[in-house]
Amino acid sequence: MADFWKRLGEIDRRIIFVLIALAVLVPLALKLAFPIPVGKGPSKDFFDSVDSLPPESVVLMSFDYDPSTKPELHPMAIAIVQHLMSTDVNLVAMALWPQGASLAQEILVEISDSLGREQYHDWVNLGYKTGGLVLIARLGSSMKAAFPTDLSETPYGQIPMLDGIQRLCDFDMIITLSAGDPGIPHWVMVASDQLGVPVGGGCTAVSAPQFYPYLQRRVGERPQMEGLLGGLRGAADYEALLRRKYAQAPPGTAIAGMAAQSVAHLVIMVFIVLGNLSYLALRKRKEGQR
Amino acid sequence: MRLYVPLGITFIAGIIMILEFFVPHDPFPTLGGHVKDWYTIVASSAIFLGILNLLRVHLKKINLRSRNWQYSPVTIIGFLGMFGTGVAFGFTEGPFFFMFNEFVVPMGATMFSLLAFFVASAAFRAFRASNWRASLLLASAFLVMLGRVPIGDLIWRLIPGAAESAHPNLVTEIGEWIMRVPNMGGQRAILIGAAMGVVATSLRMIFGIERSYLGGTD
Amino acid sequence: MGRLGLFLVILIGPVPALAAGSAGPDQARPVADSFEAVDSPNDAGGVIELSWAMSPGSKLVDSMLVTRSKAGGPENVLSVVSPVSTSYRDTTVANGVRYSYALVPMLDGRRLAEVGPVAASASAQWIHSGRSGMLIITVILAAFILYFIRHGRKGGELYIRQIAGLSAVDDAVGRATEMGRPVLYIPGIMDMDNIQTIASTVILGRVAARTAEYGTPLMVPVSKSVVLSVAQEVVKEAYLEAGRPDAFQKDSISYLTDDQFGYAAGVDGIIVREKPAAIFLLGAFYAESLILAETGRSVGAIQIAGTAMPSQLPFFIAACDYTLIGEELFAASAYLSREPKLLGSLKGQDVAKLFFMVVIVLGVIASTVGQAWDPASEIAAFIRNLTHVE
Repeated sequence: MADFWKRLGEIDRRIIFVLIALAVLVPLALKLAFPIPVGKGPSKDFFDSVDSLPPESVVLMSFDYDPSTKPELHPMAIAIVQHLMSTDVNLVAMALWPQGASLAQEILVEISDSLGREQYHDWVNLGYKTGGLVLIARLGSSMKAAFPTDLSETPYGQIPMLDGIQRLCDFDMIITLSAGDPGIPHWVMVASDQLGVPVGGGCTAVSAPQFYPYLQRRVGERPQMEGLLGGLRGAADYEALLRRKYAQAPPGTAIAGMAAQSVAHLVIMVFIVLGNLSYLALRKRKEGQR
Repeated sequence: MRLYVPLGITFIAGIIMILEFFVPHDPFPTLGGHVKDWYTIVASSAIFLGILNLLRVHLKKINLRSRNWQYSPVTIIGFLGMFGTGVAFGFTEGPFFFMFNEFVVPMGATMFSLLAFFVASAAFRAFRASNWRASLLLASAFLVMLGRVPIGDLIWRLIPGAAESAHPNLVTEIGEWIMRVPNMGGQRAILIGAAMGVVATSLRMIFGIERSYLGGTD
Repeated sequence: MGRLGLFLVILIGPVPALAAGSAGPDQARPVADSFEAVDSPNDAGGVIELSWAMSPGSKLVDSMLVTRSKAGGPENVLSVVSPVSTSYRDTTVANGVRYSYALVPMLDGRRLAEVGPVAASASAQWIHSGRSGMLIITVILAAFILYFIRHGRKGGELYIRQIAGLSAVDDAVGRATEMGRPVLYIPGIMDMDNIQTIASTVILGRVAARTAEYGTPLMVPVSKSVVLSVAQEVVKEAYLEAGRPDAFQKDSISYLTDDQFGYAAGVDGIIVREKPAAIFLLGAFYAESLILAETGRSVGAIQIAGTAMPSQLPFFIAACDYTLIGEELFAASAYLSREPKLLGSLKGQDVAKLFFMVVIVLGVIASTVGQAWDPASEIAAFIRNLTHVE
């Protein structure tokens, strides 16, 4: 019996890997779907702050991620761009990560085509620029100095929708989808804390806990972040809220992914319980021997 | 000379950046803007150093037939293939764009996905209820894991009367509370401590007390 | 309220002008109310901010012209703004020159009666009023640190507690030497502008000094080109100082890729092929932290990790033998070198931290008591203003 508990506590990690793979694959293959209950929380706060932007507002959306975190952050980006383009809000996209610019372009072109929005009048993609925090600080004084042209080399001055947009203060909101550094903390430090522009955004689930301090709200004061979408769950929340508001919004991939994530969490919990059963049984045995 | 020039540059650039933050009067915003522009230029051009090193290390490995040299041609062909097609056919379309979307994107996502497997095996190994604090951590982890996925509330609603109660999403709410209150307190403590360390290290560097990042210990 | 005195509010003018009403009672009201022009605060000058509120019930106009004139000069149209706009920033002014502004409603191509004029002049400020609290805090922190550096230099007694992860550096390198396997040093994935990377290169120097002394191979794969040159320089100097310049191999410090997971894959490959006996993961890490640490664990390496990224700390604690938490990473340089001036700066940092802890506790108490007792809420508001940054 003791051997059983010992072996249980030392399960080969490859067995864990196989079961996790199955826990993700099977729900996706069976197209399992769970309802997404969205109550009060950072996802709802973020959705509400985007939804309450007045018409003609200008939003800066920074795509600070790359393909590796695409499964988590791209569904958020799609839902947010759909939301912004469904309302009369103008969208300026940029990227602090090199590959973010092309990921942004992919979404912007597809959604603007489907919703009949026009490049340079309703949206523009300024592309990627290196520099991180330093670049954001530069944007605080001059957008044009940092981005003399957009992604397609059109000069900043020739883009009609950028007329009157000189620096970060001229934006009504900044949205960052951040996979790491540079990302959320840098936008909060410069754009929100120093310049007072509302900042919101999304991040990978693994980094979400560290941004909760930015979300605290005090009566009469603006929080450092308007809201936060944490990982696939955050994306699913946004998709659910978007579909609640616009029934015609196309279904997103995040809601579909939640079933797989649910089962994977359960499998991990089962393993933790097994590990603890083994640990407690062996400890009891040791104490008995003593 | 080799020591004092970099120390002087660090001091001047550091002081300019501090003054730019507190003094909006010219010339500090302009000087600060220049320092930021220079950093952007230096950071962008430094990539060539990396490329040269990459090619040098792997060509040398092939030349000397060092251990595992067989991997080096793969690296060089991969690098030159991507770079060459990008220059020849453009970076936003054509073969480069195809390889980027069909090779780089899935490979990056695959590496990131490994995290799920490693999290599972690390959690299995590390989460042991060895004392009351570890048990508390374990209980919080369970609640957060359930609270981050819809199945947590679905399980809660299996309890008779739970679905009609004032808290039909109780598990999500508890998970959110753990994130918002105890987690936020802990995060803040680490964040404030680390920020103090950042400020102190920056001051040490600006005033030339910390020099070992320039090479050597003093 | 005090900072309002810093910038110039020239005029909050009466708004007598009415929309030229040839017909209809709704046109007999001003289009805009409380039209004002103020110097933009906390800047280098050159900007005047105009703001106004639309009068409720006034006639809707097609657009509005924002006009500007200098004393005795001609009127220039600065911009045509939409009828729902309520503000405009004039960024084309010279400091110290007084400008008059007016708002001209346009309807069917006709100019209606203007609102204004109001006048203002732009000026530059020497201190950012919204950051004065931060300035005080920075000065206090710097004063503590500089005082204790002086204290340390004079030979004052400075105690530093045991940090297990740093004490284990020598053992880890020693173990690699005994096993005849290399040491792998991973300085994070961020560039040299990240202070954690700088702290890591400082520790790299100490580790390199040990590997030079013991004759153990050291591998440093990096993810950023600038880090590559710095790491090469730091390791080279450490080998020179240890009297082993011959053992220094420039290529052992190599650039892999800037890509986060490409780098993680590359380092994983090195770990699996070379099977290092000791792995140092010190610096700024993101999601790749656990991928690297688990792979290191799978080859049986002794692992010392350290980062100030709160979200990655649990992973390191789960998978590594020792973990430096947050500021311990920044204390490493002083801890390993035991130089009095560095230890002094650490002591100064600790005293400053104690000071801020007292401020935080006072703030919490004042804020809580302030719910029932007004003087306490004033203290809370003072502390909040002091720590607030714009």
